[in-house]
Amino acid sequence: MILTLEYYRSPSRYLAGRTVTGTRMGGRAAGAFAANMSPLRLVNRPDPSRPGEGWTRVRPLLSGICGSDLGLLTGRNSPYLSAVISLPFTPGHEVVGQTLDDLDGLPKGSRVVLDPVLGCAARDVRPCPSCAAGEHSRCDHVTAGAVSAGLQTGFCGDTGGGWSRMLVAHGSQLHPVPDSLDSEQAVLVEPLACAIHSVRRMPIPRGAGVVVIGAGTVGLLTVLALREYTEAGPIYVIAKHGHQRERARELGATEVLSSDRAARALRRATGGFLAHPERGEEYLLGGVDFAFECTGGSGLDTALRLTRAGGTVLLSGMPNGGVDLTPVWFRELNLVGAYASGGRDFPHALELAQQAPLKGYVDAVYPLSRWREAIGHANAAGRLGTVKVVFDPVRE
Amino acid sequence: MSRPGFVLEVDERTPALLMHEGEGFRLEKLPLGSRVVYPPESLPAIRDLDARIRHALLHPLGSEPLPALLKAGMRLTIVFDDLSIPLPPMRTPDIRQRVIEHVLELAAAAGVDDVELIAGNALHRRMTPAELKRTVGERVYRSFFPRHLKNHDAEDRTNLLEVGTTKHGEVVEINKRAATSDLIVYVNVTLTAMSGGPKSVSVGLASYRSLKHHHNVHTLRHSRSFNDPPNSAMHHSYDRMAGVLDEHVKIFQIETTVNNDTFPTQLGFLNKREWEWSLKDQASYLAVKRANDLTPIKRRRQIWHRTAAPYGITSVTAGAPAEVHPVTLGHVLRQQLTEVDGPADIGIWGLPYICPYNVNSIMNPILMMSLGLGYFFNLYRGQPMVRPGGVAIYYHPVRNEFHPVHHPSYIDFYEEVLAETTDPVAIEAKYEEQFATDPWYIHLYRNSYAYHGVHPLYMWYWGAHALEHLGQVIVVGGDRRTTARMGFRAASTLDDALEMAREKVGSSPSITYLHTPPLVMADVR
Repeated sequence: MILTLEYYRSPSRYLAGRTVTGTRMGGRAAGAFAANMSPLRLVNRPDPSRPGEGWTRVRPLLSGICGSDLGLLTGRNSPYLSAVISLPFTPGHEVVGQTLDDLDGLPKGSRVVLDPVLGCAARDVRPCPSCAAGEHSRCDHVTAGAVSAGLQTGFCGDTGGGWSRMLVAHGSQLHPVPDSLDSEQAVLVEPLACAIHSVRRMPIPRGAGVVVIGAGTVGLLTVLALREYTEAGPIYVIAKHGHQRERARELGATEVLSSDRAARALRRATGGFLAHPERGEEYLLGGVDFAFECTGGSGLDTALRLTRAGGTVLLSGMPNGGVDLTPVWFRELNLVGAYASGGRDFPHALELAQQAPLKGYVDAVYPLSRWREAIGHANAAGRLGTVKVVFDPVRE
Repeated sequence: MSRPGFVLEVDERTPALLMHEGEGFRLEKLPLGSRVVYPPESLPAIRDLDARIRHALLHPLGSEPLPALLKAGMRLTIVFDDLSIPLPPMRTPDIRQRVIEHVLELAAAAGVDDVELIAGNALHRRMTPAELKRTVGERVYRSFFPRHLKNHDAEDRTNLLEVGTTKHGEVVEINKRAATSDLIVYVNVTLTAMSGGPKSVSVGLASYRSLKHHHNVHTLRHSRSFNDPPNSAMHHSYDRMAGVLDEHVKIFQIETTVNNDTFPTQLGFLNKREWEWSLKDQASYLAVKRANDLTPIKRRRQIWHRTAAPYGITSVTAGAPAEVHPVTLGHVLRQQLTEVDGPADIGIWGLPYICPYNVNSIMNPILMMSLGLGYFFNLYRGQPMVRPGGVAIYYHPVRNEFHPVHHPSYIDFYEEVLAETTDPVAIEAKYEEQFATDPWYIHLYRNSYAYHGVHPLYMWYWGAHALEHLGQVIVVGGDRRTTARMGFRAASTLDDALEMAREKVGSSPSITYLHTPPLVMADVR
C-alpha cells in the first residue's frame, strides 16, 4: 500500500470551484479553495502495477506543484481536457525519482526525471504520425493502449503520479539525472523542457523583441530558454513580485515591467502608438514581435494587446480563461500553442539545468500529509517569494 | 498708494501664516526669527483700459504708430500668449481679447484682409476651442476660428521656416506664416520677469529644433535667475535669436502687466497679510478651508480651476520689442520685487494648485518639481533665497496623478526615466532625443491636447539650477513614494521637516518663507 493524493470525480466540487474562483473575490481565495474544497484526498492505495515490459516502478523523491495542477484543483482548467484523463488519478507530473526495477540501460536505483507525456511508445501502440516524427507531445493515442486515458502521467489513473510514494513509468519517459544535478534542480527539468519546447515552436529571428508575461516558474525558465536557444534581442518580462524581477534579470531579461505599466513601457521601448478603447485595457499599435504567455490566465489578453501586427503569441501556460480574440483578427496575430516537450528538449533541459543559476528556486518542500498547506502556498507562491513548491513524498 | 513689499520677522505676536499646498492651504506657525517675504500690495489698475490700449498703439516706443504699419494687401499675423499665463487665468474679458479687438479694428480700417491669429503655444498643448474663445473673446473667435485662428504647431514641418542662425550657432526656426508676414503683432501678458520681450516670438512660435538651444540643462544652470534677464543665459539666447528675427520680420510688441489681485473677493484673505485679516476674513478662511477639505479632490480641482483671477491691468506698452520690454519689466518688478537681506539656510515655499502647464488639468509630480524648484526657486534677483547647500521646504501633496490626455509623456518620464535617474544631465543625454522625436507623442501633440513629448524633460531642467544649488529638498505633506521617486524627502509636519534638515543646516537654521501667491520676487542682497 502507498500513500497518495488522489483527484476523484466530484462534479459538485468541480463546479463549485469553477464558479467561486471565477469571481474576483473567489480568485483571491483560490488557494484556500483548492486546499479545502477541491476533489483531492489523501488515501492509501495498492502499489501501482507495471502495465507491461519496459515499465518500472518509480519512487518520487520530489514532485512539483505546477500551474496546471492548481488550475485543476480550482476548477479553472478547461473541461476540454476531461476526455483525455482517467479518474481517479494522482496528480504530479514534475517528478524526480528513483527507479525500483531494472530496465535496459537503466539499472534499478537510478535517479531519473520523468517526461510525463504518455505517447505511443509508452502505450505500446503503433506510432501515430506525431510520435513517428519524434513529437510525442502531439500524440493522437493518449486514450489508447496499455494504460488508461491520460495526456500525461499525473492525469492518468493507471500510472499514478508524482504526488504519491510510487508511480509507474515507461522507460521512454525516463532520463537519468547526472550526479552533479541535485534533486531540487532536477525537479525543474520538466518545466524547463517545456520552456525550451515553447521557444522552439517558432523560429525567433535574431534581435526580435520578446515579452514574457508572467515570472513564475514557466516565465522564468522561458527567459532562460530564450537566452540559451534563440538570438532574441530585448526580452521584457512582466512580473508582479520583487523576487521575480530579480530572478528574471539574473536570467537575462532586458527589462522587467509591472503589469500596470507594461503597455506604456513597451510602447516606449518598441515604438508605435498606444490605443485607448472606450472599454477594456489599452493596447499597442506596434509592439513586440513575440509574446510568451506564461500565466495560464489573464496574461493571454495582455499578450494579444502587446504584440505587433503580424507578430506571434505563444501559449506556454495552460489557458483557462475567456479572452477577446479581436486582436488576433485585427492585428493578424499568430496564436501558437506550446504543450509539454518533444524531440531533444528533455536532454537539452538536463544539460541546461546543470549550468543555469537555478539554486534556490525550490524553497518550499512539503510532505504529502501537509498537502493543504502546500497547495495554499503554491497558489500564493509569487507573493510569498517562492518559485516552486514541491512535495517530498517520502518525508513523514 | 499701495504699500511696498516687506520682510516680516516672526516673533511671539506673529499669527500663523497662510501656506498654499496644492488644492488647499493651511495656517502654519513658523519658528521665531523666521523671515517672511511679502509682495508689494496690489498696484492700482488702469481705469480706462481702452484708452490706454489706444494710446499705446498710437504712441508706441521705437516704432511708428500701429496704423502707419497697417496697409491694404499686407499679411498680418497676430500672435498671443497661450493659456500658460496669467495664472490663475484672468476674468473675462481677457486683456488679450481687448488688445486684439483694438488691433483688428485698426487693421480693418486700413483695409488689411489677410489676418491670421496664432496662439504662441510653442511645445505646450493646443488650446481647446473653448479656451481660445475665452482668451480672444466671442467676437474674434466667431470671425476667425478655425481657419484663421489657430494654435502654433511646432511639428508641422511645412509651416516652419528657418529664419537664420545666431552667431552662437543657434538655429532660429519659427512659424512660417508669421515669419513670412509683413508684420507680426505680438500680444503679451508679462506675468513674471521671465516672460515677454525677446522670448515672445522666438519661443512662442518656435520648433524643438530651435528651442533646444536654450531649453537645456547647461543654459538653465547658468540662468541665475531666469527671472533676472541680465543674469540669465536663457535670456541671452533669446536676445540673440530676437536679433536674427529683427533682421527678417517686423514685430510690433504689445505688452501688458497685471497687479497682484490674484484671488477673487470670496477668497480675499488669500491676497492679504494675515495680521490684517478682518473678522470676515477669518470666518471666510475657516469656512472655505472646511468646505475645501471636505470636497473630493476631483471636484476641488474643478472648483479651483474655475476660479478666475480679478487681475487689474497695470500697464500697456507697445512698440519695438527691445524698447517695450524694459518698461514692462519695470512694471512687473514694481509689483513683485521685495528686498531681502541675504540668503537663509532654509527656504520655504507653499505651492498652489496651478502652474503654467496644468491650467484646466492636473498638477502632476513633475509639474510640482518644476513649480517649486523651477519657477518659485527662481523668483529671485541677486542670489538665491537659500544659501548653497541649504534646504528647500515645499508644501504640496505630490499625488501620483497625471492627466492622461494632457501629459502622456510625463507619465512615461515619471515611470521610466525617474526610476533610473533624477540627474538632469544624465536625463538630457540619454532621453531627450527619444522623447522629443517619439512619433506617438508628436501625434498626440499635434492632434490631441498633449504637451510635446520633450516637455517633461524641460520641466525637469527647469529645476536644474535649484537641484545643483540645494543640499536637500523636503516636501511637507508630500506622498512619500512619489516624493522619493523624484529624489526628495517627505515630511508630515514642518517640525519633522526642520528635524530632517538639521543634518544639512544644523539645529538653529535661518529660515525665509516666500509668501506667494500673489507673486513676489526676492531681491536678495
